Amino acid sequence: MTAMVKAEGVHKSFGAVEVLKGIDLEVKNGEVFCLIGPSGSGKSTFLRCINHLEKINAGRLYVDGDLVGYRQKGDKLYELKDSEVALKRRDIGMVFQRFNLFPHMTAADNVVEAPVQVKGVSKAQARERARELLDRVGLADKAGSYPSQLSGGQQQRVAIARALAMDPKLMLFDEPTSALDPELVGDVLDVMRDLAESGMTMVVVTHEMGFAREVGDSLVFMDGGVVVESGNPREVLTNPQHERTQAFLSKVL
Amino acid sequence: MTDKLDKSSAGAPPEDTPRGGEESAYSGPPEAIRAIPVRHYGRWVSAVIVLALLALLVNAFANGDIQWNTVGDQLFDSTVIAGAGRTLLISVLSMVLGVVLGVLLAVMRLSKNPVTSTVAWVYIWFFRGTPVYVQLLMWFNLALIFPVLNLGPIYKDEMTDVMTPFMCALLGLGLNEAAYMAEICRAGLLAVDEGQTEAAHALGMSHGKTLRRIVIPQAMRVIVPPTGNEFINMLKTSSLVYVVTYNELLRSTSVIGSSSFAVMELLFVASIWYLVMTSVFSVFQYYLERYYARGSSRSLPPTVFQKIRTNLLSIGRERSAA
Repeated sequence: MTAMVKAEGVHKSFGAVEVLKGIDLEVKNGEVFCLIGPSGSGKSTFLRCINHLEKINAGRLYVDGDLVGYRQKGDKLYELKDSEVALKRRDIGMVFQRFNLFPHMTAADNVVEAPVQVKGVSKAQARERARELLDRVGLADKAGSYPSQLSGGQQQRVAIARALAMDPKLMLFDEPTSALDPELVGDVLDVMRDLAESGMTMVVVTHEMGFAREVGDSLVFMDGGVVVESGNPREVLTNPQHERTQAFLSKVL
Repeated sequence: MTDKLDKSSAGAPPEDTPRGGEESAYSGPPEAIRAIPVRHYGRWVSAVIVLALLALLVNAFANGDIQWNTVGDQLFDSTVIAGAGRTLLISVLSMVLGVVLGVLLAVMRLSKNPVTSTVAWVYIWFFRGTPVYVQLLMWFNLALIFPVLNLGPIYKDEMTDVMTPFMCALLGLGLNEAAYMAEICRAGLLAVDEGQTEAAHALGMSHGKTLRRIVIPQAMRVIVPPTGNEFINMLKTSSLVYVVTYNELLRSTSVIGSSSFAVMELLFVASIWYLVMTSVFSVFQYYLERYYARGSSRSLPPTVFQKIRTNLLSIGRERSAA
């Protein structure tokens, strides 16, 4: 198995605040990789570095063998042009905590937008695919609804369909259920479980320990910008070795 | 006990509940309230005062030395109509110039390039900080300092030939408007949630596509209402181009007014045309805002005709109920 994401000593600072203090980890092809930790631990920032929404300050970050945001020639690094970064992002789907659906478009148009505008897929073809994807997330009947007419859980499922429309090889989830009513969380997690079973490589920042335990293949506990503990989710969650992990899990479980 | 509560809360129809005895007090819908309403004497007093003042005003106008037939005669005079047409023309063209330049200035102002953003800032500072009237006079008198317009090999001409009344009016109004439109557009672009840009970028969309497809359509909701106000202002401000001898509505009416000794009558004529133009545009603006409101609320606001129809229906309903 090759690594889909590989981080070597990744550092990230916002001004004087160092948010990531050297992250080393590897996400294997086809696995569900869960990132947990208290807020402010840097897990969302790390996720956003993977598709270059944030620039890293030091270290190396690779997606599918390619350096993120840079090109290496000899021992020199060249910053990628915006268009080159955009090209890389096509292959990485992202789902946000606050959905970020385009409010001026219907659910179907949200899903159709990127394939048509970015990949140049024909409108008819994109519509057909959007229908399939909305059906897959259980929202075939909501194709014509605007985001404001949908519940949070429905919006998040449309957002997943929107990301899948680009046929990504990697999906990033940034606390996808944190903004949802408890009773709506299940629907979104079901869609994610289904996606995991189809073999998609997923990096999931989450507070849903149940999901991490059942669906996750690997788990990393982050705190204060470093990886504190990692391993099989079932082992880490039931028998944490590190003191910080124990303290965190005793609060959330 | 619980049975009784259930029945009353479910609002069961009277047929189902037993009638007679003490039970009847709890069954069926409650009696409608028939109370003596509070008398609002203050409202009567204020209405009488306002009507009395209104009557005095009407009386003053009725007894004033006004040739009402002149107003009627001149309203559709060909010179007046042509003037109104020029007012509309110069307002629309100046607005178009203002919007195009304003969008450009807003993007410059928001750009990361310090040179372009500073230039935009200085432009806005100057054109917002000086009166349009002064700016119009400056365009009008430009030939005093630059007698010849020389654009190298492309164009060369006497400034007085270039700066026709029309050009003075267009540049004076349009460049001034651009400064205001720039600020309106900037506010609109900033009002769009950053998450929208992030989501578009995460999907692999370029900066330009993100701006065109995602940010600007959402910014329009914030931009359109104040732009409508700007246009209505423009229709009225265009009367200032009188000073650069452009023959718009105010100029053409006052020429007739001073030659026929009917100054006030012709000012009325001008006012009527200004009112017609601003009123027609207000309706147009309503539909424009309705178009850009899609997706922002759960249902679209009604059209003007739908509004009128529901109002009429509700009046009828009240009457039939009374």
